[in-house]
Amino acid sequence: MASGQQWVLVEMVQAFYEAPAYHLILEGILILWIIRLLFSKTYKLQERSDLTEKEKEELIEEWQPEPLVPSVSKDHPSLNYDVVTGPPSHKIIVNGKECINFASFNFLGLLDNERVKLKALSSLKKYGVGTCGPRGFYGTFDVHLELEERLAKFMRTEEAIIYSYGFATIASAIPAYSKRGDIIFVDEAACFSIQKGLQASRSFIKYFKHNDMEDLERLLKEQEIEDQKNPRKARVIRRFIVVEGLYINTADICPLPELVKLKYKYKVRIFLEESMSFGVLGEHGRGVTEHFGVNIDDIDLISANMENAVASIGGFCCGRSFVIDHQRLSGQGYCFSASLPPMLATAAIEALNIMEEDPGIFRVLRDKCKHVHKALQGTPGLKVVGEPFAPALHLQLENSTGSRTNDLKLLRAIVDYSLDRQIALTLARYLEKEERFLPPPSIRVVVTVEQTQEEIEKAAQCIREAALKILK
Amino acid sequence: MIQTDEHHSCNGTLKSHSDQKQQENNNLKNGYHRNEKVQKNGKGDGFHQPRVRGEDSFEEAPLYVAVLTYMGYGIVILFGYFRDFLRAVGLEKCHQAREREEQKDFVPLYQDFENFYKRNLYMRVRDNWNRPICSLPGPVFDVMERVSDDYNWTFRLTGRTVENVINMGSYNYLGFAENNVDFLKTVAEETRQYGVGVCSTRQELGNLSIHEKLEQLVAEFLGVESAMAFGMGFATNSMNIPALVGKGCLILSDELNHTSLILGARLSGATIRVFKHNNMQSLEKMLKEAICSGQPRTHRVWKKILIMVEGIYSMEGSLVRLPEILALKKKYKAYLYLDEAHSIGAVGPTGRGVIEHFGVDPKEVDVLMGTFTKSFGAAGGYIAGKKELVDYLRSHSHSAVYATAMSPPVVEQIIRAIKCIMGYDGTTEGQRRVRQLAENTRYFRSRLKEMGFIIYGNQDSPVVPLLLYLPGKVGAFSRAMLKRKIGVVVVGFPATPITEARARFCVSAAHTREMLDKVLQSLDELGDDIRVKFSRHRRSYRPELYDETDFELDS
Repeated sequence: MASGQQWVLVEMVQAFYEAPAYHLILEGILILWIIRLLFSKTYKLQERSDLTEKEKEELIEEWQPEPLVPSVSKDHPSLNYDVVTGPPSHKIIVNGKECINFASFNFLGLLDNERVKLKALSSLKKYGVGTCGPRGFYGTFDVHLELEERLAKFMRTEEAIIYSYGFATIASAIPAYSKRGDIIFVDEAACFSIQKGLQASRSFIKYFKHNDMEDLERLLKEQEIEDQKNPRKARVIRRFIVVEGLYINTADICPLPELVKLKYKYKVRIFLEESMSFGVLGEHGRGVTEHFGVNIDDIDLISANMENAVASIGGFCCGRSFVIDHQRLSGQGYCFSASLPPMLATAAIEALNIMEEDPGIFRVLRDKCKHVHKALQGTPGLKVVGEPFAPALHLQLENSTGSRTNDLKLLRAIVDYSLDRQIALTLARYLEKEERFLPPPSIRVVVTVEQTQEEIEKAAQCIREAALKILK
Repeated sequence: MIQTDEHHSCNGTLKSHSDQKQQENNNLKNGYHRNEKVQKNGKGDGFHQPRVRGEDSFEEAPLYVAVLTYMGYGIVILFGYFRDFLRAVGLEKCHQAREREEQKDFVPLYQDFENFYKRNLYMRVRDNWNRPICSLPGPVFDVMERVSDDYNWTFRLTGRTVENVINMGSYNYLGFAENNVDFLKTVAEETRQYGVGVCSTRQELGNLSIHEKLEQLVAEFLGVESAMAFGMGFATNSMNIPALVGKGCLILSDELNHTSLILGARLSGATIRVFKHNNMQSLEKMLKEAICSGQPRTHRVWKKILIMVEGIYSMEGSLVRLPEILALKKKYKAYLYLDEAHSIGAVGPTGRGVIEHFGVDPKEVDVLMGTFTKSFGAAGGYIAGKKELVDYLRSHSHSAVYATAMSPPVVEQIIRAIKCIMGYDGTTEGQRRVRQLAENTRYFRSRLKEMGFIIYGNQDSPVVPLLLYLPGKVGAFSRAMLKRKIGVVVVGFPATPITEARARFCVSAAHTREMLDKVLQSLDELGDDIRVKFSRHRRSYRPELYDETDFELDS
């Protein structure tokens, strides 16, 4: 073997000597050519139209940008806010007129609660107002830890995390988990902060028809087929379903038990946004899970704000530590924002105390909701949208005029009519160009435990009159 | 508790005149001469005239430090793999929270690397962050003692507190994080009257008259036509930038911009290009290139170009080059978005931010943004500028339509702080604080430089980053400082470049000279102990570095 190989080598060297010079030169050139081909670019870069300095200057001279913002006409409907003087509690002074409040999400009437105020005041005395830092950098106060613990206990989950702004809660939570390439199945009626969270996540978004489980299952099946084509890729694509408990835009409830079934069938995680249902639904105000009797551990993440029923500021997420703890390093609105002012956290703790001490408050609210829902039925020209137990209903026009602007004008006229008669209502506001699925124009009617029987009758009567007068 | 705090705030706010001042002056002068810097505007006569900007310093570390830093990370990572191996074979207990049994067959929620970093690097030094405190975040605070029985996986509060720790971490620049009953009288009144929440959005029924009062005051303070306030500083950026720019627009963003600006830019759908930190050549080149070649592929002209910068960069302590940027902005007809989160109240002869620091007309900046969290000791943010801009935001800002309005007591705290700075409370207290902050800043910075630490940033910036470089020193530094009853903030990767871990001090007007001296003395000793005095008094070339790599983020 060895000698045979040696022989070949010798032969090669010999051949090299024997070869004519021209041959060697040719081969040398060929080798150089190959090297050149290897190291030169095989394609030409796109011809650059090299502009001369003068041409560039001309271009810069010529370029006229659009104005930074388009001008807004003075009578733009969303420019002139209603002015509230004094506290927006049960009685509210709107544009100088004292009204009964049917517009603020103060479901449990805790905004004006003396106990909450006293606690906030004592906290103010101790901590001042601001925290002057994010949670990581000495912005974690004992009251934050206490509030997180209390929320977790209230919701019966392992852990809770608080944010300093309700809107930022779910909008930060979604992109903390779902990244580029992941898939999120989301209800079409999802609120704006969910939409922003989806956008920030840069994941692949699939919308299903509002509360339509068949449509959702269709999408999940499609994905299953897709996964079978490329099982390797499927193993790393995270999937989430994002739904609201009570939808703020439609005032109806998500079919949670069906969603949980789909979750296990298709191995998708569920994120549930409960801003409208936390402190409202369920015997102890724990929200949709309690309402349906669903095991809260079956929901991967629950988020809610503390700006509605709790009547403070901020929001929270809760769930298992495995999930929630991740946000302490990855939730942008948590890590990079100053923490919640301690007095607002203290107020939220006291609100939780009240909710825990007297769960009867939720039944009262539920009765009031049913009452309002019933009282508003049969308003001429207007239909009530929402579940009977939802505390924030929508009144929509039965027959649209065909133009959104005109619809809004009509509804605004009803609001103004009611304001004149001491009933404070408001239009539900949306950014029309930004919403993925723009809800139809509506008047928001908010139920609180403080509204009395007579006040509810009065409001319903007033809306009926207004509708009769304005929607002839 | 309250008693002692009051006492401290008195120290911080009232004691400043006569002999102490004299001493300061000398100290300052010494500092400057030694650093060969000519500062003609002393603290007394510097008012109402723009100050000399002063260079941002970015001293480069010796090469061996960079090598050691990489080695440090290398060792920790190797150990990490080793311990992961031990965990996998069951020799080491894994403390990490686990997925539920029912969901074991789901796609894993987290990527491996993220967890590796957290498990093996962050866990070792986790005790240096999120330290809970149980008092006012003033010049001194009380830190709740916590211990870990499982190597930082969980913490247990012992119930004891470490009292009177000097606070070098909070953004309490003007000392408005205070609980003096007299100062907070109006805030308490508002709380009694309004409660703490609003329960509605600005566009619905959450537009309280005090919100409007605040906005008028902010506009007046800044010297612009109009302003709008929002409930969260972070969201002020991330929810309003999308209202200003969109598809077909270009955002030129400084590479060190805050996450909130980056998020806002990304949500807007505009094309984002990043220029080198404070590098005017890089910015001009991009502007020129953008206008000449238009949008990628289609070559349509850009609808508008928005330059996004910050007043003071929170991790570097550097000041924006505002005059140069304004010149470029005018030349190339771009718009300027200036985030004054850390600079409003903290710089400028009367506390009106970098605008005033450079003696620039506030009307020249298109969008003035700032937060109330820092200098004003409250929460939230504002956007100010021309009336058209603010009117547009009132009708199109995401925050105005979908987010709950600001809490009334918080609003009152801001009003109170601004009135104090403007002297509307009938005292010169606000101005005294602004001056005190400037003095404290210069004193602190110059002393640190003398000691031989590498300090980043501008001489007038109250944000003072002290470079530690090595990952091991980060934890050691923070722990040793806490032992000396000084609370500091340390930051490392991923908040900074991997080789540039640092400690960051935020100087406050409420710090007394004694507190600063104690901090400085501790730093001097500790700096020798753990060897972090890396400075060789060599000017860095970094700010002048002109790197051609400008990259484009997808939108």
